Amino acid sequence: MTARTTTGDAGATTVPAATLALGDDALVLAQRLGEWAGGAPVLEEEVALANIALDLLGQARVLLSLVGDEDELAYLREERAFRNCQLVEQPNGDFAHTIARQLYFSTYQHLLYRRLAAGDSPLAGLAAKAVKEVAYHQDHAEHWTLRLGDGTEESHRRMQAACDALWRYTGELFQPLDGLDLDTEAMERAWLDSVTAVLGRATLTVPPGPRTGAWSAGAGRQGLHTESFGRMLAEMQHLHRSHPGASW
Amino acid sequence: MTTDGWPLWEVFVRSRRGLSHTHAGSLHAPDAEMALRNARDLYTRRMEGVSIWVVPSTAITASSPDEKDPFFEPSADKPYRHPTFYEIPDGVKHL
Repeated sequence: MTARTTTGDAGATTVPAATLALGDDALVLAQRLGEWAGGAPVLEEEVALANIALDLLGQARVLLSLVGDEDELAYLREERAFRNCQLVEQPNGDFAHTIARQLYFSTYQHLLYRRLAAGDSPLAGLAAKAVKEVAYHQDHAEHWTLRLGDGTEESHRRMQAACDALWRYTGELFQPLDGLDLDTEAMERAWLDSVTAVLGRATLTVPPGPRTGAWSAGAGRQGLHTESFGRMLAEMQHLHRSHPGASW
Repeated sequence: MTTDGWPLWEVFVRSRRGLSHTHAGSLHAPDAEMALRNARDLYTRRMEGVSIWVVPSTAITASSPDEKDPFFEPSADKPYRHPTFYEIPDGVKHL
């Protein structure tokens, strides 16, 4: 990548808050998806989830390197210093929860990166490369949403429960990001249209609850995280903290 | 959950334009579209392909190992069927 070019350095000085937020989104979701390794429902799906996780990890490395030292940022920050949205840190739950989380997030990330790729922000280069990866993540999540929603009675029930449970973390996605000139209201409308269409085709109901009220006291972008995030961080960071600088 | 109820699919990958699809392996998937996506993840993640076919394994009729001799041996002693008497011009690939 061209992370070390002049443009990249300018990125670090002009949009550090947004770069950190997007980098943390990718890093944390990669870690969550990685937790499926060895335990996914089927081998084929385990590889698919690992592929998505590796795509996200690649994005995180570029983004965090624009802000500072990627290892220090990933392994030595405390919970309150992370700026990822709360959606990506939610536990994997059953497979339906993982798919619902991916559907909500990939739909958002695709809209976001498409806009960034078309713009002239310092993140345009990364976004242009990542938008193809993210389009596949979204496609993967949509196909599973259709199969689970329009599948058996049990898969439908589980998929609906997952969509309902994660709904209240989706409002935060459309908070403005410092330093990036994005029409977040238009993005939110496009996101709602897209998700509503997929849920409809999957015979699922758009969750009735609020998408905004839950984070009115601030949320992940302000460094406030949900209960399970600390445990996830402990697992992600303990090796580096126990053996600083270790390599193999 | 297991893949017991999922059918087996054979995967064919075309690695470059101009080449034929080649058998890459097999996988389990609930339907053709998921088989295609699984194939993408399993067999083309290191830029191996430009096109993928998936075929239900049950759609393939295979020759039987027991019939190997009548099937293949008669061709073994007919070297005149092999186009080995031509000079291959430089620059012709994939012949």
